[in-house]
Amino acid sequence: MFSALRLVRSVRPETIKYCARVFSAEAVGSKEYFDKLVANSKVVVFMKGTPDAPRCGFSNAVVQILRMHGVEYDAHNVLANEDVRQGIKEYSEWPTIPQVFMSGEFVGGCDILLQMHQNGELIEELQKVGITSALLEAEKSKGDEK
Amino acid sequence: MIKSSVRSLYRIYCRATQPALAPVQNLQRVIQLCAMSSGGTVEAAIKSKIESSLNPSYLHIINESYMHNVPKGSETHFKVVVVSEAFNDLPLIKRHRLVNATLSEELGSGVHALSIVAKTPSQWSESSQEIESSPACRGGFGK
Repeated sequence: MFSALRLVRSVRPETIKYCARVFSAEAVGSKEYFDKLVANSKVVVFMKGTPDAPRCGFSNAVVQILRMHGVEYDAHNVLANEDVRQGIKEYSEWPTIPQVFMSGEFVGGCDILLQMHQNGELIEELQKVGITSALLEAEKSKGDEK
Repeated sequence: MIKSSVRSLYRIYCRATQPALAPVQNLQRVIQLCAMSSGGTVEAAIKSKIESSLNPSYLHIINESYMHNVPKGSETHFKVVVVSEAFNDLPLIKRHRLVNATLSEELGSGVHALSIVAKTPSQWSESSQEIESSPACRGGFGK
């Protein structure tokens, strides 16, 4: 699991570009290109920087929330590719970064994810795409102990 | 402190313009100048656009640019707190889209970050009405 996580984290935009060339004919930044990216994993995040080194407080907040829930995800650093940075905004019709996708659907940015985390909705949404939040598991095991 | 700075500004202004303008007019002009310096043109545009399209019962605009790696006095990072009937029965994402659409011009021309709190009047009155500050910058702007 951890090696898979590391692999995701180590994906660099050059690799993304390379993958795009190898596996598809879609131009980087096109709708088809993003269709594939967001469908590649249950949770996909477009952010500034990488999960290990976020370059924006809002992106960092998203990383921290997903970490709390123990979610594995694809992360794409928009600062490394201007076509991705602009393209994703048009694709989702959302003007700011970060952006979170679940099962290919746009979920929201930092504010929305934070609110979903606070009101418990995030656990439900993760469950809908087949991910059990680590927070829910921790809660369950606490219950078992009692 | 604000009062004293208004007074000193007023005195300076009076000295510069007397006796061309009546003191009352001077005071009004000083108040105008102070109001202008507390919020920039982008902030004013955000305010008027949200007011006219969402008719908010409460609106608070916070310029958070100072928290970021941008020149002093910039208008690049904002947080808006909007309480409006227009959000009734709308899921959060649609409320955000509504605000984003209202400010599309600003977002396309220099406003780089927009944090949104969008509540209905009843949600607002039930909430703590405390606004959390946005996360600290990590230096990514313009890089």
